[in-house]
Amino acid sequence: MRFLFRPPAAEATGLLSLPWERPLAEWDPELLLEVPQRGISRHVVRFVATGGQVFALKEITERLARHEYALLGRFEEEGLPTVSVLGICVDRPDDQEAILVTRYLEYSMSYRWLFSSPRAEHSAERLLDTMVELLVRLHLAGIFWGDCSLSNTLFRPDAGALAAYLVDAETAERYPALSPGQRAYDVDLARERVGAELLDLQFGGLLPEGIDPIEVAAGLPGRYEALWEEVTAEQVFGVEEQQWRITERLRRLNDLGFDVGEVELITSPEGAKLRVETRVAEPGQHRRELLRLTGLEVQERQARRLLNDIVAYRAHLEQTEGHPVTDAFAAHRWLVEVYQPVVDAVPRELAGRLAPAEVFHEVLEHRWFLSEQAQRDVGTAEATTSYIAHVLPRTPKEVTTPSVAAELTPGAGRGVPRQEPTT
Amino acid sequence: MASIDMKNIVKKYGDGFPAVNDVSLDIADGEFMILVGPSGCGKSTLLRMIVGLEDITSGDMVIGGKRVNDLAPRDRNLSMVFQNYALYPHMTVYENIAFPLRLSKTPDDEVRRRVTEASDVLELKEHLERKPANLSGGQRQRVAMGRAIVRQAEAFLFDEPLSNLDAKLRGQMRTEISRLQRRLGITTVYVTHDQTEAMTLGDRVCVLRKGKIQQVASPRELYEQPVNLFVAGFIGSPPMNFLPATPEGNRLKTPFGDVELDEKRAEAVAGHDLLLVGIRPEYFEDASLVDEAKRPLGSVFRARVDVTEWLGDSQYAYIPYEAPESIQSQMRELSKELDSEELRTQAIVSIDATSRIREGREAEFWLDSRKVHVFDPESGDNLTRDAEAGAELTRLASQDRVEQLEESQGRAGTSQQTGGATAASA
Repeated sequence: MRFLFRPPAAEATGLLSLPWERPLAEWDPELLLEVPQRGISRHVVRFVATGGQVFALKEITERLARHEYALLGRFEEEGLPTVSVLGICVDRPDDQEAILVTRYLEYSMSYRWLFSSPRAEHSAERLLDTMVELLVRLHLAGIFWGDCSLSNTLFRPDAGALAAYLVDAETAERYPALSPGQRAYDVDLARERVGAELLDLQFGGLLPEGIDPIEVAAGLPGRYEALWEEVTAEQVFGVEEQQWRITERLRRLNDLGFDVGEVELITSPEGAKLRVETRVAEPGQHRRELLRLTGLEVQERQARRLLNDIVAYRAHLEQTEGHPVTDAFAAHRWLVEVYQPVVDAVPRELAGRLAPAEVFHEVLEHRWFLSEQAQRDVGTAEATTSYIAHVLPRTPKEVTTPSVAAELTPGAGRGVPRQEPTT
Repeated sequence: MASIDMKNIVKKYGDGFPAVNDVSLDIADGEFMILVGPSGCGKSTLLRMIVGLEDITSGDMVIGGKRVNDLAPRDRNLSMVFQNYALYPHMTVYENIAFPLRLSKTPDDEVRRRVTEASDVLELKEHLERKPANLSGGQRQRVAMGRAIVRQAEAFLFDEPLSNLDAKLRGQMRTEISRLQRRLGITTVYVTHDQTEAMTLGDRVCVLRKGKIQQVASPRELYEQPVNLFVAGFIGSPPMNFLPATPEGNRLKTPFGDVELDEKRAEAVAGHDLLLVGIRPEYFEDASLVDEAKRPLGSVFRARVDVTEWLGDSQYAYIPYEAPESIQSQMRELSKELDSEELRTQAIVSIDATSRIREGREAEFWLDSRKVHVFDPESGDNLTRDAEAGAELTRLASQDRVEQLEESQGRAGTSQQTGGATAASA
């Protein structure tokens, strides 16, 4: 057998002791982690936990495994929203298929849960917009997905919104640029898959009333075209209005979740022509800023929310201390005095249901809600207590992110066989 | 259903390299056409242009009499079969087949009619009300085919559909696809690099090399009357042997002795100094096992056997030979192009399984000289190809196809009646 890993893979050394020589379907359940919310897969997929991390293992032919391994690695380097690939195991005995290992996307949720949960406040429209944004981003990067579906997308709560990630690149192909036919075909496939997946939920009694699978799916191509047009359109306007036109366009693209790489402006007597080169990477300005200030790794919208709270806290510090403070100082104090107490307040039995930054975001939302009701600022401590008592438990146990779930149930899916007592 | 006509199709990428170079190909309504060739030959690009995934640089793509160059994929009404199909666990097999029609808001009775028809053809009738969880691998693939059938597409397109299946399922699905295509009589274009699939599935096979068509013919014609060295080397497994030869009157001097040519072929090869003679493994035999009546139709030679391979029902002997450097380097290039293992200067010879020929010893072989082909090593052209005989083979194949189609569709009619009667009595 042969293992190919992409460094850093130190945390994954525990995987080496797994029974790779055996078919995945026959692995001892004790080695595996039950992940309740997963999409539909054509292949055998299993999950294991080791070194505090959870990995997804998928059995596919070597050709596809190598293809997907190479592509996912490149997507990650380019900052595209995809799962992170760890490696592949090939040359398994008895001509068995290869196994592709990816890192489980912590705090992610499958569409099945998003629709069927009591917290299903995420409308079908929102889900679809998130997915269309992902598809546009991939198409801009010259990636033909070939299998765009809800099952192949994972969603992460991001400060009340959702962020979508590609989790299956088996059929994906990379080109310098896509032809209109390739994009149209990909969108057709997506429309059909999404329609079928929603119909499936409906047949299973898991789709809330009022969502019509056929209508939702039919709306996908239009949403895609509208976003593609906004992101790629060339604009022509009079030279005198160019300044505000450019500003408007860039702001609009940022609002849509895209960063701009380069702006090209060609002026002629007839007017100015504006072309904007959109970056394919996920926007990460706030994320990087928050990481620099606090060392916290969170998602973009969450980061924006947290940074705003740091700014507010800095103002509060300057007021109480009577002199200016640096942003680094303010961020440090905020981390210790504001953020950490909220995160630490989450009891063990509720841990891992939402990412800490998302919990913080929800506490801020809850505080606003309570304050409005009480007509006074209730403060973060009171809001946290109320949130933990009344709001957080509504996120069901099933969505507990697998790495935390594994810690809560010692011995489950540790990737190392438990010693059986000899009789 | 429709014919697909390609006229002078060219696909050039940004760097000006023609991935598909002036391809003209007419695929008849109901025909099963294979596009085959080594990687980089342009077969997938051509298929993608039919589907509408690639822009066509120049030329005309005509489907059902309509030029589709500028049509979006979905407006071409073609069906890519089993591309990454998924089965939906809460839906019955019936709904798993029907959903593309549901999404296009097809009326219920029409959905029922089409799904029932498709499930008849696919023998999935007893499974329609079940959930897909317990279907076998083959049945799952048939559900995917069912989806393609109910769409009533103009043509089915397959892009190396079996390459990700295990060997057993691959063989099973090959038969399944062939049976289905015959039964439905739907125009089918099938891309593969596997020559077994090409030879067993297609009515006609289009062999491509570096973006250009080499030959379009029935599998039999490709095998027996290849147009050039490339086609001769690509089709057939184990591959055709190519030996250096020099003409002398109506004889060819080869490392395996003199081969006599009939007058017509002798004339065709006259005037060349160095030639390549192409001999398929089964044109050889252990001389001691050849019928006396057959013996004079070929030549006999003695050679030392390097290795023998006994497979129970068949046996191969490997015989090394000498070849001039120019021929050796050309063979090296050909094998590189064919993605095959480097051809060594040894012939692979098929001998009867009962032959007692031993490794490392000299033995006497018989060679059927009637069937050898002679190639120009410079141009690769087959100098002895009999175009008429070849065309006759392809004509016979297409006649077979028409007959089979009529027969199976007649049978389908009868079985549907019986099916109906059973359903009524049940």
